[in-house]
Amino acid sequence: SPQIVWSMLGNRQFCSYKMTTKTQNFCRNEYNLTGLCNRSSCPLANSQYATIREEKGRCYLYMKTIERAAFPRRLWERVLLNKNYEKALEQIDENLIYWPRFIRHKCKQRFTKITQYLIRIRKLTLKRQRKLVPLRRKIERREKRREEKALIAAQLDNAIEKELLERLKQDTYGDIYNFPIHAFDKALQQQGAESESESDAEKEEEDDEDVDKREFVEAEDSDLSDFEDMDKLETSSEEEQEEEEEVEKKASHSKSKGKTPLKGPARRKRPYIEIEYEEETEPTTKTKAA
Amino acid sequence: GGGGAAGQSGNAGPPAPERVLFPPTFSVSEIKNKQRRHFMFLRWKQQQRKEKLAAKKKRRKEREALGDKAPPKAVPKTIENQRVYDETTVDPNDEEVAFDEATDEFAPYFNRQTVPKILITTSDRPRGRTVRFCEQLATVIPNSHVYYRRGLALKRIIPQCIARDFTDLIVINEDRKIPNGLVLSHLPDGPTAHFRMSSVRLRKEIKRKGKEPTEHVPEVILNNFTTRLGHSIGRMFASLFPHDPQFIGRQVATFHNQRDYIFFRFHRYIFKSEKKVGIQELGPRFTLKLRSLQKGTFDSKFGEYEWIHKRREMDTSRRKFHL
Repeated sequence: SPQIVWSMLGNRQFCSYKMTTKTQNFCRNEYNLTGLCNRSSCPLANSQYATIREEKGRCYLYMKTIERAAFPRRLWERVLLNKNYEKALEQIDENLIYWPRFIRHKCKQRFTKITQYLIRIRKLTLKRQRKLVPLRRKIERREKRREEKALIAAQLDNAIEKELLERLKQDTYGDIYNFPIHAFDKALQQQGAESESESDAEKEEEDDEDVDKREFVEAEDSDLSDFEDMDKLETSSEEEQEEEEEVEKKASHSKSKGKTPLKGPARRKRPYIEIEYEEETEPTTKTKAA
Repeated sequence: GGGGAAGQSGNAGPPAPERVLFPPTFSVSEIKNKQRRHFMFLRWKQQQRKEKLAAKKKRRKEREALGDKAPPKAVPKTIENQRVYDETTVDPNDEEVAFDEATDEFAPYFNRQTVPKILITTSDRPRGRTVRFCEQLATVIPNSHVYYRRGLALKRIIPQCIARDFTDLIVINEDRKIPNGLVLSHLPDGPTAHFRMSSVRLRKEIKRKGKEPTEHVPEVILNNFTTRLGHSIGRMFASLFPHDPQFIGRQVATFHNQRDYIFFRFHRYIFKSEKKVGIQELGPRFTLKLRSLQKGTFDSKFGEYEWIHKRREMDTSRRKFHL
């Protein structure tokens, strides 16, 4: 009889479904209604018992009566419950009519909880699922090692520095960085190009223009002639002009800043024409002597 | 021959003689006794080393003897030297490539019609490290905004982003509290690249770092993107940054591709002289490895993949790289 069962299993002896914790005892039996180990909740110690269990999303009502206690195979009677919540509750009521209040109430509670979690499962499967991709240890190790070797082979700092210097040479930075030698070399090259174009331009002028204009050009100073040519060179990029002007300015300042002391003859940035002037003071000395 | 070998294998202790002759049929691995076998192996190794040294000396002497007529020094083989030639390597003068580039999704950016605006976000529930990494990334990339993803689906974020004029979307995937993946998606219907991210270093973990990155637009350096695939990925990276760098800021962001690993660094440079430049690392650093490139925006199920990394087919050769 159930009382004896309970007095043995529940209190004194060993029950394999019983799990004890500090505060409570739990029952691991699948047919248990509440999950706790109580006199009223133990499916073994109650000859009349009912539970709700769900399988693959459908809920069933399981019932156990005294009449079938001798036939373990037919012990649990199973009723499929309606998918509709209210109708299922009615079904429970109708099947468990005249059963103890406790079992009826707990059955309905359990059914409610089960339907709620089934709804939640269905909602979650519609949302994004996190896909777990297993790591392969060998591959992870291989990748890590290859990454390290690639890092060493890359020599990042050197590569970046080289690239930046390349860009400086390609003049992508424009006028921000003024290194005297660099600009000086550039200016020299440009002067070489300009002098060629100058000589070409002059030749053309001599052929095409009048005599007076030619005299103008010859008589003027080397500085002014250069300015004229600079005007003619408006077609070339402004940068060249700016650089020239800057070179002129910087050349004057470069003595303090420049790396190499620029010597006298090397300082000549433009084709320098040596013009000898006869000094007027000579005749005065002659007259004095006389 | 055989007797000598037997006699030698008998000695376990005595010091190695000067000239040990191993008969050609003898192999160290045939000795069953471990101690003796180890000893013989060491001796064999020493002998090999001596022979190698002698050969080197001889070669050097020959080289000096020949003087100018000596053959040029052999270039050592590196993985980069031995790389299997990829048919899709971009030739700088290739017209087809130029035409493709003029008509692909990045053309408006490169023609300066669009200004990049970037949205950085993470996967669900980011941990502290990822959050800080996102913030630092936002300082590195100008005109970028960090938004938290509170369980929103990417497919629904994307139309909203397009409506708000974002040009790029970066999603940093996190696993076990460290960022490990990056999805870079060009928004108005552009390609999506999925990378695996590794060795992420935040600013405070970088040694000898400089001050914080300023608001200036940095320059971009893209190194070593040789194949067509690499080219398109490089353009993707370039389109993250505004087209006109502010040289006053002296900041440079580098994407360096080496053996299919893309290293990202962020430096501040200063030209000490014409031939010398100093660089100082600020900003986070990470390495990326491309996993897949999709034609449209992010769509894992129905997207059209331009390139997926298939381990079995593509990782067969150690000398073959795809980027």
